Amino acid sequence: MSRVVHAPARHESASAHVSGRALYLDDMPEPPGLLHGVLVLSPHPHARIVSIDLSAARALPGVVAVAAGDVPGVNDIAPIRTGEPALAQGVVEYVGHPVAAVAAPTLDEARSAAALVKIEYEKLPALLDLEEALAAGARVAPDQMVGRGDVDAALAAAPHRITGEVCCGGQDHFYLEGQIAIAVPGEDRDMQVYSSTQHPTEAQHGVAHVLGLPFAAVTVEVRRMGGAFGGKESQATIIAAIAALLAHHARKPVKLRLPRDVDMEATGKRHPFRIRWNVGFDSEGRLAGLDLELAADCGNVADLSPAVVSRALCHADNCYFIPAARYRGLLVKTNTVSNTAFRGFGAPQGMLAIEAVMEAVARHLGLPIEELRAANFYGDAPRNITPYGQEVEDNIIAEVVAELDGRADLAAWRRDIAAFNATSPIIRKGLATMPIKFGVSFNLTTLNQAGALVHVYTDGSVHLNHGGTEMGQGLFVKVAQVVADAFGIPLDHVRVSATSTAKVPNTSPTAASSGSDLNGMAALIAAQEIRGRMAGVVGARFGVPAEDVVFADGRVSAGNQSLSFGEAAKLAWQERVQLSAAGFYKTPKIHFDLATAQGRPFYYYTYGAAAAEVAVDTLTGEVRVLRAEIVQDCGRSLNPAIDLGQVEGAFVQGLGWLTCEELKWTPEGRLATRGPSTYKIPGSRDVPPDFRVHLLDRPNREETVLRSKAVGEPPLMLAISVWLAIRDAIASVAGEGPIRLDAPATPERVLEAVALRGGHAGAG
Amino acid sequence: MAIAFVLNGESVREATAAPSTTVLDYLRTRAHLTGTKEGCAEGDCGACTIAIGRADGEGVRWQAANACLMLLSQLDGALVKTVEGLATGDALHPVQLVLAESDGTQCGFCTPGIVMSLYVLQQDGAADDATIHEALAGNLCRCTGYRPIVDAARALCAAPQAREPAVAAPRPSTAHGAAGELHLSPDNLADLVALRATHPEAVLIAGATDLGLIASKQRRGFSLAISTRRVAELKHVTREPDGLVVGAAVTYADGLPAVEAAFPAFGALIRRIGSRQIRALGTFGGNLGTASPVGDTLPVLLALDAQVELAGPAGSRWMKVDDFLTGYRTTALAPDEVIAALRLPYLAEGEQLHVWKLSKRHDQDISTVLAAFRVRIADGVLVSIEAAFGGMAERAKRARALEAALTGAPWGEAAPERIEAALAADFAPLSDHRASAAYRRAAAANLVRRLHLATMRPDVAIEVHAL
Repeated sequence: MSRVVHAPARHESASAHVSGRALYLDDMPEPPGLLHGVLVLSPHPHARIVSIDLSAARALPGVVAVAAGDVPGVNDIAPIRTGEPALAQGVVEYVGHPVAAVAAPTLDEARSAAALVKIEYEKLPALLDLEEALAAGARVAPDQMVGRGDVDAALAAAPHRITGEVCCGGQDHFYLEGQIAIAVPGEDRDMQVYSSTQHPTEAQHGVAHVLGLPFAAVTVEVRRMGGAFGGKESQATIIAAIAALLAHHARKPVKLRLPRDVDMEATGKRHPFRIRWNVGFDSEGRLAGLDLELAADCGNVADLSPAVVSRALCHADNCYFIPAARYRGLLVKTNTVSNTAFRGFGAPQGMLAIEAVMEAVARHLGLPIEELRAANFYGDAPRNITPYGQEVEDNIIAEVVAELDGRADLAAWRRDIAAFNATSPIIRKGLATMPIKFGVSFNLTTLNQAGALVHVYTDGSVHLNHGGTEMGQGLFVKVAQVVADAFGIPLDHVRVSATSTAKVPNTSPTAASSGSDLNGMAALIAAQEIRGRMAGVVGARFGVPAEDVVFADGRVSAGNQSLSFGEAAKLAWQERVQLSAAGFYKTPKIHFDLATAQGRPFYYYTYGAAAAEVAVDTLTGEVRVLRAEIVQDCGRSLNPAIDLGQVEGAFVQGLGWLTCEELKWTPEGRLATRGPSTYKIPGSRDVPPDFRVHLLDRPNREETVLRSKAVGEPPLMLAISVWLAIRDAIASVAGEGPIRLDAPATPERVLEAVALRGGHAGAG
Repeated sequence: MAIAFVLNGESVREATAAPSTTVLDYLRTRAHLTGTKEGCAEGDCGACTIAIGRADGEGVRWQAANACLMLLSQLDGALVKTVEGLATGDALHPVQLVLAESDGTQCGFCTPGIVMSLYVLQQDGAADDATIHEALAGNLCRCTGYRPIVDAARALCAAPQAREPAVAAPRPSTAHGAAGELHLSPDNLADLVALRATHPEAVLIAGATDLGLIASKQRRGFSLAISTRRVAELKHVTREPDGLVVGAAVTYADGLPAVEAAFPAFGALIRRIGSRQIRALGTFGGNLGTASPVGDTLPVLLALDAQVELAGPAGSRWMKVDDFLTGYRTTALAPDEVIAALRLPYLAEGEQLHVWKLSKRHDQDISTVLAAFRVRIADGVLVSIEAAFGGMAERAKRARALEAALTGAPWGEAAPERIEAALAADFAPLSDHRASAAYRRAAAANLVRRLHLATMRPDVAIEVHAL
């Protein structure tokens, strides 16, 4: 039997997915007496709540209705700071802010009841725009700074200096399964909550706070999510808490499932950023100093924004050594929905910033950007220290870029594009590359821990549970592979069970690409513990030392003596040896001082590079991605099939962020793009028809689980190649004007950029 | 009165559910078939895709449809297949197996809908990539990046399945009443007209791809509805001497072959209207009757100088589509009339039709600007031009000033200022979440430049999706 790790294995639910038998929360058989919840949302971006009258709603048979005043515990579910209520308290701060909630025996009855909730508002001035809010000095949290050196002196002394600005938009997660929770009251005020959440522990805490319960009285469980992408980290807690509040008052189970438009209006998204820079460099393009300002539109409350901005600042170096750096992060408050975690978690915006700088420098000097980047890559000491003080010890970016070039033959590719453009007045092609270095670990050191629970039964079957959640990324199969490998048994002998705060407590969110690093290692530790005990029993039976006992091919053997794994488990049970273990893992070597923004926040870095070719219509601004080549470092991949899916999916999601996905608000501050009819994520035809992904297969130099590397987020940033390629195509248009193209590069923005450049390519 | 259909091979007679219950709600909450998912409830994500079948010769022809927009009354007489109807016991259907083996699922929530779209695609056998993308345009996946799904589609289309043998569909009935609603489905035009005249307050439903949103998103039923879907006279496409006559109740899918044969550019546009799920139900008459300012077929009808037949108690009358459209979602249809047919005059010798749709996404998107041009060029002169635009005004509208400015002039590249000035006289577009007025103006003018290139410079690439 070949090893079950470092080999492709299907998603553990693949058969259930395709047959329609995979149960999502809304598919679960409904408990008797279940009520259906509906949210009542604020129609104003900023207003004082003068009064809330729930009486008409409550007068309907079987209806419960709640508002902030009905919270028995503390109306605060803030994940980082405090003062973020589950239901608006005294004031509403965005259109879509949940103010009240009702539940009724049917969804239609609940909707009718919700319409009877009377709320009186006194409108207050609202900040709807990032620029306006910046000017007003509005913040959700203190500004942040990462940097070193005397930037002003470096800029003053640099032979060249340029400044610039670029903006990038937000992004809706558009998980296909919307936010949902089912709260089931138990005995003695206990609350069981089924939540589509990436962070069961935070949902547990949120429910406990709101209901005034000890954490131990609340159990949160999630088997699978229909996508999450960061959108079900803190945001799921809001839904779980309100569902539990309704269930508490109704003394009945309550399902709260947000329709798509409510989901898009009421829950947070990726942060839009305004990026400004002042960079100094020499004639070879070596950066001397960089003053970078990242203004993040955080929405109405902090939520996870401090951590998002921190990660943005820690990725605005990307792969480059910058001797003097001052990266400032502004956590701007606007009266819009609170922006939140989204795959990449600030790193995409940070990397887009530095790549806009690199492109500007390259254009200024007339140098190929790849040459300029190479001149600035992290290298040997002292050019190997990041602005936040971490030594880059595992730098392979030059090799990754060389691998990409070897596979894609960039020079020939560029020649083909130039030849096309020479005879194509309207459609212009562009090509750009994108290198990435992505730090793996939560910036907040505490979160880098995980637990797992492994039981071996006497028939040799294995029950696996850990704190990570399955949102489609294939975490469950990867961790199961690790456990199966540890026991030397086939993958299908390992059953993964729903994530539950009652089985593995005090967990971190499944986020920051850390799922398999953390939970895989915790599960491995638990499995090794049991294996060690079984080896002792079997060694004693065979008369050999425990270390001579081998677990492979479904058998436990030493020399020519052998038992099946099940026989060995039964033997251990007969010998009264425990066949269950809890594994615990904490990432070594890491530390980060949030006050000084210095330390070693990341256990290791992962690297990648992409090249993308686009075609741009200079008459309409339409864009099509024609080809993409990717090289992605996954360490020794636990499961190349799953990792390939992560790389492709992340790239396409990033492509959507930077091209077709545009969030628009009405002048009154209401999200205008509230569904897929108006908010366009990529479809199958938007994927480059020539799309090649190569996974580098080389062990992580750090002792991660079986030397693998994280993969969930990094490839999203490879899609910045697409945005740069569009700019490259625009630059091919005759004219001398600047390239000013914000993201997303919608047809409208592209056409504007073409006009700014000097008109249409086809003039004449 | 019961709504009768065959669901995954089992006969169903539903007598108590309201006829405007959405099929999605029915499947999930009444039939307890939860494989079909709600992703958006607006017919755009495809997670609720099911297959609707009808006998076609010896076999069943399946079409993908959005369960979220379909009303239960639309199922009367239909064969219905959901994702639960594919596997045999624990043995997966080839579509399911290939998709799973291609690593085509991640979170799995979109998967049942994708399975159903692939199941329907597979019946036609060999398909090129363009056809595969067309079949998947109505299914969003947020996880995979689609590559493995497209791979699965290629593998499946390379090994087509035998057509399923025909199953007797239940006899549809002309009225369905339950839960305080009455949905009428006459099977002939005389009855339709009579019902329309008797019940001017009733909602007239064709494919329900627009009206279905009321049931799906607003969760309001239709207490009295009259459906055109069974009216035999409205379901024909005929080549008549003076034009192609398309019955009002002809779906985009059914009308496509004949329309595309006569007007290839119109056919190409139809392939971008909604998705296959939408086009299986949406009708030509419904699109005209809705009279949306961005109704995709309307500028084409205007450029072709199409006529519409209106049937009422006093008989039928024909009028120009241009006269029929009176304003923002308003028409000249009298309360006791129904749209019966469209007549699309053939292109005259030397005439060309060009249709271009601009949107944020190529597939399954609503037009930002849509332009349709019928032109005749001789000896470098633009002899005639009929130009119509969608998305530029409160209704789809001819660009008369533009036509006047260009007609009879040498068809060199007209000065951009002249085009822009003419279009400014024709249109004062709005800014909305799709685009600003400035973009609409600039893009509309540039589409005239594209027209010049398309007619005079066949060597020049003018569409990124043609590369």
